[in-house]
Amino acid sequence: MRPETSGTGREVVCDPSMVDHRLLPIRFPRVRPLAFVLGVAGAALFLAALHNTHVSLGELARGVPFMLDLLGEMFPPSLARIGPVAKSLLETFQMALVGTTFGLAASLALGILATRSQTPSLVLYALSRGAIALFRTVPDLIWAIFFVVMVGLGPFAGTLAIMIDTIGFCARFFAEAMEEVDKGPQEALQALGATRLGIIFCAVVPAALPSFVNTALFSLEKATRSSVVLGLVGAGGIGIELKVSMDMFMYSEASTIILCIFALVLVVERASAWIRRKIL
Amino acid sequence: MTRNPDPAATRLAAGTPAGPADIEVRGLAKAFPGSQVLRGVDLTVPRGQAVALIGANGAGKSTLLRCLIRLVEPSAGSVRLLGGEVTGASPKALRSIRARVGFVFQRHNLVPRHSVLTNVLHGAQARHAGPRVWLQMLARDGDRLEALRCLEMVGLAHVAERRADQLSGGQSQRVAIARALMQRPRLMLADEPVASLDPAAGEEVMDLFVRLIRIEGVSLVFTCHCLEHALRYADRVIGLKGGLIGLDAPAASLSERDLRGIYAA
Repeated sequence: MRPETSGTGREVVCDPSMVDHRLLPIRFPRVRPLAFVLGVAGAALFLAALHNTHVSLGELARGVPFMLDLLGEMFPPSLARIGPVAKSLLETFQMALVGTTFGLAASLALGILATRSQTPSLVLYALSRGAIALFRTVPDLIWAIFFVVMVGLGPFAGTLAIMIDTIGFCARFFAEAMEEVDKGPQEALQALGATRLGIIFCAVVPAALPSFVNTALFSLEKATRSSVVLGLVGAGGIGIELKVSMDMFMYSEASTIILCIFALVLVVERASAWIRRKIL
Repeated sequence: MTRNPDPAATRLAAGTPAGPADIEVRGLAKAFPGSQVLRGVDLTVPRGQAVALIGANGAGKSTLLRCLIRLVEPSAGSVRLLGGEVTGASPKALRSIRARVGFVFQRHNLVPRHSVLTNVLHGAQARHAGPRVWLQMLARDGDRLEALRCLEMVGLAHVAERRADQLSGGQSQRVAIARALMQRPRLMLADEPVASLDPAAGEEVMDLFVRLIRIEGVSLVFTCHCLEHALRYADRVIGLKGGLIGLDAPAASLSERDLRGIYAA
């Protein structure tokens, strides 16, 4: 490069007048017609949604005193029914634990079928991907209503709902984790005549294990949170206690339940973070 | 310029014609989209012979080795290993042929989160299927002891409990050899087994490899870029060039200068 210094030797200045100005890219790239139409359509969709959801800062401001009244009635929390609340809380956690455990086992099986490089047939691959999509897209509350009809009111229905929700969440991540593992050890086992199952359990699963553990712990946290609301449709757990307290305007009891839920979710999150640190 | 294979030298290198052949390859070709890697390779390796496969990058060494056990599917030609037809074999028949062939990779390909003993035990999957050969804690006493003996043969019995990802490159490659021994192989294939090791570790691994081959009397085909290794450790050197065999002669009759021709443009 030829230096464009002034000759004083103190600084290098690239002289803008030396460059061919026609090479300078335009400041704002031209918007393609399709991108423009999509942009306008997106903005219109948002504005229509904003109008139809009646979002109003005025309403929000007018609601603040009501909220303060409610908070005032909630405190101090009442410990009158702490015994039954604690029992429901334990039931909530137990639903989450059992539902997640069975869900993880099923996720592993379904995840293997839904992994393109491991599935024994493309038909099973397509079916398992479809099942996972169905489990994931239908919300857990809907599954809970379905299982309440099927097995009756109580924690079993909630546990089944959590299991299905866990499969929808974990099987997809398990499949993706197995798809991404190093192919080397698999090739080594293939080369020595190992069966498909041998290759999966000796090379694929151990390599994907850190990802499995991570996903499983997130899933337990998620299940704990969702098991709280499943009670609202009669699928067991502490949700029903909260609904009854709110419906009967017993806000100080409701605040106790909310604080207990907060404590449970926090403990599960902390515990899973600790396990994650220790294992991974 | 490459040397044409001398038929007399080839016969000498191939050993006695009457001896059983561990590898018989006829007209082996392999094409990938946009490139023809192997163009009709014929090769016979008699039992107990150590063969070095040399050639420039892209000459088809690794492809040839992988085609032998169909880790790469050949486009044309036939392969017989240890008397069994590889090309066209059913998945089950292919598994039983692979079971008797130890394959050592450039990157050892151990399972990093498993213990060394479990990795060696995996070699027993050549004989049995099921969870008892997946983890050392589930394994039969006999298999655990055999895996430990394989490790002892490569001088690593003392690291049996260690995780595989805590080993050095040289140790990992020796564990990979122990895993191949656990297969009770009759033929060993090694794809640049020392390419990722420093010279000292590389020599150690090659010494071990060839010593084991000589003791057990099995055949060995290894690819390498180190011409000195090819001459020192092999009975016979085969050079691949442009997807064909451009050199096939006993190692004792060759010098490094002879081998360099195979790398010439």
